[in-house]
Amino acid sequence: MSETTHDGTVAVSASVPPDEGMTAARLAEKYGLTVSGARPSLVEYVRQLWDRRHFILAFSRAKLTAQYSQAKLGQLWQVVTPLLNAAVYFFIFGVILEADRGMSREVYIPFLVTGVFVFTFTQSSVMAGVRAISGNLGLVRALHFPRASLPVSFALQQLQQLLASMIVLFAVTAAFGSYPDLSWALIVPILVLQFLFNTGLALIMARAGSKTPDLAQLMPFVMRTWMYASGVMFSIPIMLQDKPDWMGTVLQWNPAAIYMDLMRFALIDGYGSENLPDHVWAAAGGWALLVALGGFVYFWKAEERYGRG
Amino acid sequence: MAEQTIDERIPTVVADELHIVYRVNGAKTGKGSATAALSRILKRGEERGVRKVHAVRGVSFVAYRGEAIGLIGSNGSGKSTLLRAIAGLLPAEEGKVYTNGQPSLLGVNAALMNDLTGERNVILGGLAMGMTREQIKERYQEIVDFSGINEKGDFITLPMRTYSSGMAARLRFSIAAAKDHDVLMIDEALATGDRKFQKRSEQRIRELRKEAGTVFLVSHNNKSIRDTCDRVLWLERGELRMDGPTDEVLKEYEKFTGK
Repeated sequence: MSETTHDGTVAVSASVPPDEGMTAARLAEKYGLTVSGARPSLVEYVRQLWDRRHFILAFSRAKLTAQYSQAKLGQLWQVVTPLLNAAVYFFIFGVILEADRGMSREVYIPFLVTGVFVFTFTQSSVMAGVRAISGNLGLVRALHFPRASLPVSFALQQLQQLLASMIVLFAVTAAFGSYPDLSWALIVPILVLQFLFNTGLALIMARAGSKTPDLAQLMPFVMRTWMYASGVMFSIPIMLQDKPDWMGTVLQWNPAAIYMDLMRFALIDGYGSENLPDHVWAAAGGWALLVALGGFVYFWKAEERYGRG
Repeated sequence: MAEQTIDERIPTVVADELHIVYRVNGAKTGKGSATAALSRILKRGEERGVRKVHAVRGVSFVAYRGEAIGLIGSNGSGKSTLLRAIAGLLPAEEGKVYTNGQPSLLGVNAALMNDLTGERNVILGGLAMGMTREQIKERYQEIVDFSGINEKGDFITLPMRTYSSGMAARLRFSIAAAKDHDVLMIDEALATGDRKFQKRSEQRIRELRKEAGTVFLVSHNNKSIRDTCDRVLWLERGELRMDGPTDEVLKEYEKFTGK
């Protein structure tokens, strides 16, 4: 029965094709066929991704809306969830553990809330990135689009989530005496840089997570460690006073701490530039470019392999 | 196929000794306990705890412009996998698929979200298939009318989770069929909706066929294969068992399945 199976020829049809005897590769070359699912060049890939910008935006918005669509309070949860988060951290670190050393209450509460929101932005981008490919295999196996659309879209969803949280953040800072002024204009470049950094991380995590889905179990612990090490709820220089200098420097130069400190500097009147490490803008820009470009290239390198179970 | 003159035979899809292997985590035969998993991790070897499913084994064929090719075979014989590999959606383990242009699979199910309204799903699905916003705007009314969702009231503005399964299937087909394709692949898309909708969708498939260069159809319905295809590939256990004119292959297939 299987005599027609492995001969690699065309068909058991009456007409003999003129190309008989040609290898598949020669035949493909002759008629200008290309390998299906091959990885495009980096430039071509960027162009394809740009062509899909509407899909990326629509997908991120859809995910954001779908998230709370079954809840009675609906989209209000976009604002309430971060507020409740901040309240929990304030209760534990501000009231019970008194981690607000070296700061007045007027500074500490906005300091904490800013830290929680800014870090959550990075944290959820990483977590969404891990599952961007492995959690959407159905989509990857059904439709054509540059796969980077997915992690980018998830990072964009987190950015929109953060923008909703910013309403809460503005209310909190205003309630504790820091009113809008010129330094608030810095929020825009800070968010742009952090978004670039997060997108790069999401791309890296998406590739890693597509190969090793176990990362989805492991990453919450990594992220929690990173959060406690980045001074979300305490000031790094004050807490590490009696530790060797390099420890504080390393912690302050980590990207999460840099974006948090910049945002606090922009928003809070009582949080001056003396709290920032040297060359902080260079570090913020450097991290963003390094991780965004590196992450993009790293993700693109495996483009043709996503979708394998 | 006999009418086709020799110089008209331009290949659009060439599959060359194609092998597709799925890797399934945590499905290794044996004990599923945590200790078993741990010992697997500790054991040396490139891929631990991974079970391989060899879904397509060395399939080769050439498809030509203007052909409508049916894929038949029992459940799990690798038909859908082969389609996805041709579309470039599943990476090949070994061998290659060469195609003219970008083959597309008819189906957008995976891009749609049950929590969103039908309206937003039409837009999202269209964008996911690579249509522009203008193209979607142009075809929006056509898609909604074709699906017949609004025949029983204003359902398109309700979330898709409130639809009956038939309604949801109709909307999904309508979105998927809104785009024109070079090489079109249809995976048993016909078996949805009521009779009225089935007739309408068969008509739409015929239109799509006319516009597409080559059509692949996966179906368990020998009648719909006979109606639409002039050539049939018969897959069994991931191997190409027979490849030829529809009548010949279907006769053997029906003998095999005991009809």
